[in-house]
Amino acid sequence: MKDRFNLYRFASPATFYPFAGALIPYFVAVSILFGLAGLWLGMLVAPTDFQQGEGYRIIFIHVPASWMSMFIYLVMAGWAAIGLAFNTRLSGMMAQALAPTGALMAFLSLLTGALWGKPMWGAWWVWDARLTSELILLFLYIGYMALTAAIDDARRADKAGGLLLLVGVVNIPIIYFSVKWWNTLHQGSSVNLAKSSMATTMLWGMLLMAMCFWMYSIAIALMRVRTIMLERERHTDWVKAELLGKAGDEK
Amino acid sequence: MIHWHSFSDFIAMGGYGFYVWGSFGATVLIMAIEPIVVARNRKTTIARLKRQLRAETRNTAE
Repeated sequence: MKDRFNLYRFASPATFYPFAGALIPYFVAVSILFGLAGLWLGMLVAPTDFQQGEGYRIIFIHVPASWMSMFIYLVMAGWAAIGLAFNTRLSGMMAQALAPTGALMAFLSLLTGALWGKPMWGAWWVWDARLTSELILLFLYIGYMALTAAIDDARRADKAGGLLLLVGVVNIPIIYFSVKWWNTLHQGSSVNLAKSSMATTMLWGMLLMAMCFWMYSIAIALMRVRTIMLERERHTDWVKAELLGKAGDEK
Repeated sequence: MIHWHSFSDFIAMGGYGFYVWGSFGATVLIMAIEPIVVARNRKTTIARLKRQLRAETRNTAE
């Protein structure tokens, strides 16, 4: 019989571990390429904004970081749902591997937002719907990490953390639509499927930077999940073999 | 094709230099430090797991 490609095979940590390890260098390389192209377009080629002068160039990290902070949360919530529904081992590990990167993206979004807000609005921070809901997202990440770290049993930590993730997912549409639902100081979205308000080079610079952040996040999450796998599966034969053999030569 | 007339123009960012470079600097710093922390954590975890494994096998052999 022909050997069919089986997705479930990769749900097993023993097969996912070497697969993830092999993928990491590619994601790193692609991330660097996207980053260089994005920076070149955004910082060197894109024209001055007619309203915000050169200050608008913060957009090339602010928007990708904000997108990733929301997207990583959705992916984590997705893993949490799979973990709670099917009791799979890998899902909790994936959620845990993504959390610190998601928190850093939320932090970067807030920090670059403050650095953008100061010259444009005259304030580092305002209690605006967009800013406040993004701050709540950062607290959700920190809460998830603190909660899972506080529970010794990994499977129970996954369940408790997963519930928190699923409850908190309501915050994502609030962040996303906040500029539409409320009258906010934060500007509306610059990217629109029908008609974008941005120059082509600006838009491409931003999309390339978003791809760079995306690939970076995947690479770093795969790096982290491999360590979590070794830790959690330390009593299994494959980890023992890995520790005695290959992992010894690895840096 | 290049938007800037001089390097000092590029650094000044039309007067927004502090805000623009502050944002990019913080991002570069975080994206450089995070992989280092993750790699170091991996190294110490592997060393600890190997120590534990060796201790376990020694105990069962006795």
